Amino acid sequence: MLNPGRSRSRRLRERLIETLLFLAAASSVAITFAIVFILVKEALPLFREVPLASFLTDRQWTPLFDDAHFGIMTLIAGTATTTAVALAVAIPMGTVIAIYLSEFASFRLRETIKPILELLGAVPTVVFGYFALLVVTPLLQKLYPDLPGFNMLSAGLVMGVMIIPYVSSVSEDAMRAVPMHLREGSYAMGATRLQTAVRVVMPAAFSGLAAAYILGISRAVGETMIVAIAAGMQPNFTVNPLEPAATISAFIVQVCLGDLPHDSLGYKTIFAAGLTLMLFTLVFNILGYWLRKRFREIY
Amino acid sequence: MVELAVNLFDDAPRHELAVAALKAEARNLNFHYGGFHALKDISLPVYDHSITALIGPSGCGKSTFLRCFNRMHDLYPGNRYQGEIVLYPDNVDILAPSVDPIEVRMRISMVFQKPNPFPKSIFENVAYGLKVRGITRRDEVEAKVEEALRGAALWNEVKDRLHDLASNLSGGQQQRLCIARALAIDPELVLFDEPTSALDPIATASIEELMLELKERVAILIVTHNMQQAARVSDHTAFLYMGEVIEFNDTKKLFTMPDKKQTEDYITGRFG
Ligand SMILES: Nc1ncnc2c1ncn2[C@@H]1O[C@H](COP(=O)(O)OP(=O)(O)OP(=O)(O)O)[C@@H](O)[C@H]1O
Ligand SMILES: [Mg+2]
Repeated sequence: MLNPGRSRSRRLRERLIETLLFLAAASSVAITFAIVFILVKEALPLFREVPLASFLTDRQWTPLFDDAHFGIMTLIAGTATTTAVALAVAIPMGTVIAIYLSEFASFRLRETIKPILELLGAVPTVVFGYFALLVVTPLLQKLYPDLPGFNMLSAGLVMGVMIIPYVSSVSEDAMRAVPMHLREGSYAMGATRLQTAVRVVMPAAFSGLAAAYILGISRAVGETMIVAIAAGMQPNFTVNPLEPAATISAFIVQVCLGDLPHDSLGYKTIFAAGLTLMLFTLVFNILGYWLRKRFREIY
Repeated sequence: MVELAVNLFDDAPRHELAVAALKAEARNLNFHYGGFHALKDISLPVYDHSITALIGPSGCGKSTFLRCFNRMHDLYPGNRYQGEIVLYPDNVDILAPSVDPIEVRMRISMVFQKPNPFPKSIFENVAYGLKVRGITRRDEVEAKVEEALRGAALWNEVKDRLHDLASNLSGGQQQRLCIARALAIDPELVLFDEPTSALDPIATASIEELMLELKERVAILIVTHNMQQAARVSDHTAFLYMGEVIEFNDTKKLFTMPDKKQTEDYITGRFG
């Protein structure tokens, strides 16, 4: 039965499969590094002309004007404002929906609601963008007539709605993973469902909830289409959501769609902006990782 | 084996209680998990200031019976109670649909098989039952927490680290914490579902000792797989088999001269 030839060919085949799997894994790592490398390489020439200090402290962002200013804070303010508005919608709503689905809803109801919620995440962002511009902004203008046609409030609110399913589905998974015996311990003490959900299940699911919120933040920071359409694309150093402003991502689209020569300084700025965006995402990922380590579940 | 049980009692003198008052009583209790008839016409008294043990082979319905007393089955759909569990002294049927299970759980607390401290500090764990009752006055909560931890023989071990996470305690300490949590609300009856099955012999001995102290204050109903344990700590014992009570008796009587052949077979290990 022992056939050395067969077993050698099997070993070879396994080695081959292993190598292919390794290459697949390695290629994604390599692509990530390549992107970072290109971003850094293309952004560096900008910093030869614009000192890092003024990049970080200048309050104007007008790279395409004759009187060029490169204050990234302007774009960061736009991104931070739209993100904050979006999170103010998505985190409370997503959490409440997750609590309801995980702790209150019957099996049947849960299985009905979840696909509908996920549909919300499947709506193309360009549709959300026009919805913000053509429906939400006019509605908001009824409440507040001075609101400009492009504003961060409307873009942020709609972006928040778009993010709800991301937050709620990860949160719900985290809460449902909390073992039943913890819930029973709480009920046995005379707690209500809501007390059990808020005082026992949520703390127990803390790391999962943190992951859900950070996923939401990453989505909001990187979201492009809605803010490009509904928030206006004028860089504006403000954190007032009632004003129009450009976010980092919106600026990148704007420049990519224009026809700037590749060696112009304006063109280089999109790499600096892209690098900044990536740094933010990296920080949130590290934060998420740290939170998970620090408060890892303890059942 | 019966001889052995006798010796066990001779070594452990216990004081007899003068008058045993009833704390609770199951009357013709039937319980269904959906279509499965898990408890069949159970009638059983639970005496105040004493320990009642439930023994029987795995799957006979001990936990199911215990969990009727704090309406734990209400948490899951499809479960059905019939019959009554009357709680004294006020003579109310705690299974009645008009009775709020939360009210029942405010008077009858439970300690589970596996220690299940909440992901909170030691202090917050014990204070939990008070907080859900809306008791938030700091001095009152602190006093109750200390009293409960002393009652659970844990105070000296944790008094300097009340704000550490409960999960840092050892298994035996966690179980005593769960006992403290159950005591903090001044229950009248405490349910224990195999409270020592996850613990080593030393931790087990300390929990048993604790239960003997606790019965001065409360009634105790305990499920145990360990017949030595039932014999050591309980005053009354019920032997359950396939959802029915085969025998209920004084513990001493049940382990030395059981009335029923089936009980004898079980306690002598002649029966699966
Ligand atoms: N949720 C449930 N749904 C349906 N049947 C159940 C459920 N829980 C328990 N049962 C059944 O009810 C019977 C009694 O179970 P129970 O858990 O009360 O036994 P037990 O005496 O506590 O056993 P053990 O000593 O193993 O803990 C068993 O036959 C069990 O399979
Ligand atoms: Mg059991």
